[in-house]
Amino acid sequence: MGYDPNNPMEGRITDIGPRYYDEFLPPVIKANKGKWLYHEIPAPGILIHTSETGDKCYTVRVGAARLMSIEHIREMCDIADAHCEGYLRFTTRNNVEFMTDSEDSMKSLIEDLKSRGNKFPIGGTGACITNIVHTQGWVHCHTPATDASGPVKCVMDELFDYFGSMKLPAQLRVALACCLNMCGAVHASDIAILGIHRKPPMIDHGHITGVCELPLAIAACPLGAVKPAKVEVDGKEIKSVKVNAERCMFCGNCYTMCPAMPLADPEGDGIAILVGGKISNRISAPKFSKLVIPFLPNNPPRWPEVVDAIVNIVKVYAENANKYERLGEWAERIGWEKFFEKCNIPFTEKSIDDYRMAYETWHTTTQFKYTSATASYTD
Amino acid sequence: MSKHDTPMLDELEKGPWPSFVTDLKRQAETKPECWDILGQLELSYEDKITHWKHGGIVGIFGYGGGVVGRYSDVPDRFPGVEHFHTVRVNQPSSKYYSTKFLRGICDLWEKYGSGMTNMHGSTGDMVLLGTRTENLEPLFWDLTHDLNQDIGGSGSNLRTPSCCLGQSRCEFACYDTQEICHTLTNHYQDELHRPAFPYKYKFKFSGCANDCVAAIARSDLAVIGTWKDDIRIDQAAVKEYIAGNYPANAGAHAGRDWGAFDIQKEVIDLCPTGCMSMEGDELKVDNSECTRCMHCINVMPRAMRPGKEQGATICMGAKAPILEGAQFATMIIPFVKVEKENEYEEIINVIESVWDWWMEHGKNRERVGEAMQRIGLANFLSIIGVDPLPQHIREPRSNAYIFWRDEEVPGGFERDIVEFRKRHAA
Repeated sequence: MGYDPNNPMEGRITDIGPRYYDEFLPPVIKANKGKWLYHEIPAPGILIHTSETGDKCYTVRVGAARLMSIEHIREMCDIADAHCEGYLRFTTRNNVEFMTDSEDSMKSLIEDLKSRGNKFPIGGTGACITNIVHTQGWVHCHTPATDASGPVKCVMDELFDYFGSMKLPAQLRVALACCLNMCGAVHASDIAILGIHRKPPMIDHGHITGVCELPLAIAACPLGAVKPAKVEVDGKEIKSVKVNAERCMFCGNCYTMCPAMPLADPEGDGIAILVGGKISNRISAPKFSKLVIPFLPNNPPRWPEVVDAIVNIVKVYAENANKYERLGEWAERIGWEKFFEKCNIPFTEKSIDDYRMAYETWHTTTQFKYTSATASYTD
Repeated sequence: MSKHDTPMLDELEKGPWPSFVTDLKRQAETKPECWDILGQLELSYEDKITHWKHGGIVGIFGYGGGVVGRYSDVPDRFPGVEHFHTVRVNQPSSKYYSTKFLRGICDLWEKYGSGMTNMHGSTGDMVLLGTRTENLEPLFWDLTHDLNQDIGGSGSNLRTPSCCLGQSRCEFACYDTQEICHTLTNHYQDELHRPAFPYKYKFKFSGCANDCVAAIARSDLAVIGTWKDDIRIDQAAVKEYIAGNYPANAGAHAGRDWGAFDIQKEVIDLCPTGCMSMEGDELKVDNSECTRCMHCINVMPRAMRPGKEQGATICMGAKAPILEGAQFATMIIPFVKVEKENEYEEIINVIESVWDWWMEHGKNRERVGEAMQRIGLANFLSIIGVDPLPQHIREPRSNAYIFWRDEEVPGGFERDIVEFRKRHAA
């Protein structure tokens, strides 16, 4: 028996939640949960956890495209069946972890993974650039200002060496969100790739009546740029809205609430780069990412401007930061004015906050560093 | 549905990182609608704009979330993606799977969907990308009956909770993140499936302040493991680190020659509170000054461990920028025990004290962090019955614009202007 459309409530099961995780733990994990003493990273992508029982768990971490087919998942299942007693896990950054309880099976696992082309790159541990967390982009979303899977692929291709090595001053987390809604929550990443719009919404007066609740569309604007308006459609006066373009900061919240206010545009849309965020409480408190490059064009399929900008920042950070120092901690230590100079990023007014609580980001001290930016005052 | 020319996407088959384009093509051999995913995406690459329509309300009968409607705006050219709805499937705690279960999900998605997924979505769910409206109920039937598995959340409800891997494979975890995540997900099935909140509400459970699940940045309720007694130190292991016999930070920096391990420079001088020192060859920690940032423990995992009296700090109100700006979660409850024995009663009480107020007073699409800002932290603490602490703030206010209350001022606010004028001519 299966679903019967004539009796949709018959035999229905609801509210059962997820499967219990305990069913899915590999034996060595299940036996040692809560007993782990310490871990080591003997090579990039390899973790060895040692338990107080003496057991060891050997983990091999591999990268993956978050957009993944069931054929690929089945292939991973084949690998896990062959080497890991039929278990695997995914990390919060879209990596995949294969675990075993012996060094021998780890070795055969690694050999197997390496034999499968570039499908299962090993890495993503320690002072590296691990997988980029990202959103849907043009593959599946209605509000994006850029693609997600494509730019991620391009950036990871260029940063690939950092995925399989541990030579950075600290871990460097990259994230991509294809619009300001930030399903990818890039607001606290070392490097954030953020899709932005730059043209105000158009108003589809011909459709707005059927698809929008006007008060919600008006209330959606945090800057009061959306106002009620009466317009003529096919000779009839209808209630609609108008947008004060001078007050629009292109957040897209109106489009979220009202499908008759699209703002995406081939020339208007592109990518902003924000840097210096972190989530961990290690050494310094969590930090927001800060906007250092206001706009780079969408240039598919390889997004060269975006890739170059990120590679440049990574290289300058890698050369200059101290051991254990996250990108944002380094930038704060040397001062943001020095960050712009060292990375050779032109500073523009767009990096000066003018939204809520902007004043907190202004420099209210005479303590600053002279850089090339102040040359016209000092030369 | 036939193959389309995709010269731009084909460029993304080059390079060392796994290619989603190659993967899509592989899947298209058995699920031809994947040719239309590629075709429509190629069109977006040409046009530099999305070709998905706005929204579309579809769902599982009796649920108000978990399925996101999606329709192509060029269905005539790409009929395979005319309907392309997303189904969010509630992941098990920490995303461990048996291959048997995963193969079951794959078979289900082969039968009812496009064959493409996200493993996983940003909130944590397994995301099944692309199915038609008429497939939703049969899919849900098979999912619940054959795989004993429910869908996740979307919209103004409790979103699918998530956790780090916790004690399952991490020596830092200060409580069982998996168990509380699973228990509360089940406890709040109604809130998860039937939107009754002003906006989304997220729980995230991290076992320590390293916060691998980004609780402090991304959740309305962040439960972050900590301890209240002294850091445990194994002095013998400290000596091994100093001698260079154990790799610093578990070997995380081994790809570059940073020189010999220097405990003064790498641990003691980087401690944010300066609470560590060497006395002879013994490492000392002034635990009363420690803020439990995890740095020394991260650097010397064989020598340093969290204390034995473990629990969690609860922070509230994180969110991404939409709409009032990004917020980190604010520390609200300094320490709470996280105990299965009492069914997490203490944490449930905290959660519901916030919901009771937010559900009544939160504005439409106002995250709890924004509501906290609107009414002020002091008022928020008072509403949920938490006494104000200096730990709640980074620094005291620098203005004196205090909302004194009538009952706080001797004589109250009511005064007689006539009496006042008898003594003070206008």
